[in-house]
Amino acid sequence: MQKAESIAAVASPRRGFRLTRGTGLWESIRIALTSLRANKLRTVLTMLGIIIGVASVVALLAIGNGAQAAITSQIASIGSNILTIFPGRQRGPGPSAQAQSLTLADAEALTKPGVLRNVVAVAPSFQGGAQIVAGANNLQSSVVGVTPSYFSVRNLALVRGDFITDAQVSGQRSVVVIGSNVGTDLFGLANPVGRTLRIKGQTFQIIGLLEAKGGGGFGSIDDQLFVPLTVAQQKLFGARSADTASPRISNISLQVAEASQMTAVSEQISQVLRQRHRLKSDGSEDDFTVFNQADILSSLNQITSVLTAFLGAIAGISLLVGGIGVMNIMLVSVTERTKEIGLRKAVGARRRDILQQFLIEALVVSMMGGVVGLLLGLLISFIVQLTGVITPVVTPGAMLLALGFSMAVGLFFGIYPARRAARLRPIEALRYE
Amino acid sequence: MPLIDIQNVTKVYKMGDVEVHALRGVSLAIEEGEMVAIMGPSGSGKSTLMNIMGCLDQPSSGSYQLDGVDVGSLNDDQLAAIRNRKVGFVFQQYMLLQRTDALRNVEMPLLYGDGHDRTTRARAALEAVGMGERLHHKPNELSGGQQQRVAIARALVTNPRIIMADEPTGALDSTTGEEIMAIFERLNREQGMTIILVTHEPDIAAHARRIIHVRDGHIAEDIPRAVAAVPA
Repeated sequence: MQKAESIAAVASPRRGFRLTRGTGLWESIRIALTSLRANKLRTVLTMLGIIIGVASVVALLAIGNGAQAAITSQIASIGSNILTIFPGRQRGPGPSAQAQSLTLADAEALTKPGVLRNVVAVAPSFQGGAQIVAGANNLQSSVVGVTPSYFSVRNLALVRGDFITDAQVSGQRSVVVIGSNVGTDLFGLANPVGRTLRIKGQTFQIIGLLEAKGGGGFGSIDDQLFVPLTVAQQKLFGARSADTASPRISNISLQVAEASQMTAVSEQISQVLRQRHRLKSDGSEDDFTVFNQADILSSLNQITSVLTAFLGAIAGISLLVGGIGVMNIMLVSVTERTKEIGLRKAVGARRRDILQQFLIEALVVSMMGGVVGLLLGLLISFIVQLTGVITPVVTPGAMLLALGFSMAVGLFFGIYPARRAARLRPIEALRYE
Repeated sequence: MPLIDIQNVTKVYKMGDVEVHALRGVSLAIEEGEMVAIMGPSGSGKSTLMNIMGCLDQPSSGSYQLDGVDVGSLNDDQLAAIRNRKVGFVFQQYMLLQRTDALRNVEMPLLYGDGHDRTTRARAALEAVGMGERLHHKPNELSGGQQQRVAIARALVTNPRIIMADEPTGALDSTTGEEIMAIFERLNREQGMTIILVTHEPDIAAHARRIIHVRDGHIAEDIPRAVAAVPA
């Protein structure tokens, strides 16, 4: 009888009592995938929580890092190692309406040899708003009176033409160097150099067109016009100072040779100006403010770091919510499969085997969600980049963080359901309806 | 020494405040190679006895030795190992994993024990119950009788010392039931496999060579087949 032979073949070798071996990892993953495939919609919905969480962590961290990089590069584009002196006691950069305490004489005093050490250039400027007209086009813009050193301190380059010269400053010549946006707005693609435009009704000859610096923000160089300092003070805006003979100025930019010397130079400037302004050393406040570019950069970086961490934390909360979804589904899965658990235990599965099976199932869901979420996060970052508002920076660290976190969420929220499954008693589980 | 040696076993369940005495002192010995049917009305304690013999549950008092191992002193994981090694279960409702083909279903116990040559052994077990042609059918593609054959193959695959079948034909029509019983009989006769059936159908019990009646937590009758009253 054929069948009898095969039965004998199956059952013939009698074995002794051996230690059991656990289920393999691969076997557990296969069981998990079978179970997840059985409820596709539910699996996808569960994963969605993790996907959204991971995607938002990746995208928001990338956007935060991108914002930080943008701010850093924008500040660096102003020039390197720059100190700026503003009149009046101020809390932030920008001209103060009331303060008139900074004069051209102050700038000249700082420029005198031997007064300041380690300073490469001193660039006073005087700024005002004006109506600009060229032919049929007109715009409201910021006109800055400068000396030739301004262009080197602010690290400006020309597309064509020349910068303002010392002779043009002392001769109060009506010439203007324009920012790239001003050029496009007034003349389109035509070459503006050699043409004329009118500022506050006065005719100026355009002698230079600046290269675009890019970047938005307040007071972009691209939207400004530059005239000789004396012209801005005398002809355009009237910079008479109330109590001194010297005309007032909006600010003074100084370029320091080395970044490490900036604090020292900043202190020297304070000393010189307090002396010049006859401020007593008994603690009366400065009537000027020295801004250190490095300080501004570091405080801005701090703000964006906090902001990035904050955005990341919010995204992390959504990941946590996703984790609760995983736990919920795993509990449902354990309940639904009570009989299966009973059967597995009846045929010899130990607690550890059942625990492992359900933990791996939770891990598979959360890791698959993590990978899809990572890809979605990268896609979102890419789309944000296409909009041109900001260039997100995706770091490997952020990607690992998101994946690691999604795994940790799966493990953490998987343990409770898995332990519940592992503790089921086989007879009760087999009888469960 | 008998394969199953039960001495004065009791089992008490707590149902809230009430204590239920499912077994009130049962002594029983089953030798290797026997085919025994356990009968009794529901609530008689036959399921409890079955669970204890299958190492799914432990006695409240008394001793139980299976194949020389004192089951009463084992913890959960050791019990699981004993079940894996020594006991093959066949259930009334087949208890196959849905969405999993016959071969994988039969391989399943091997995952929790000695896992070498899983596929070969599972295939051999399925061939032994006449299911060699349906290795990759899933339970919902098989008839009730075929599903129960797969379940028997699953019980056989670990090469156990004993097969416990709880109402194995309860969900089948009588013709199919007879086919399933023929498999058990053949395993017992040709291979000396020890088989314990729990049933309330005298027709099915009649396939056994010894019939034990359980009533009110006691063994009421223990009749060798030769003397058993088999309806014509």
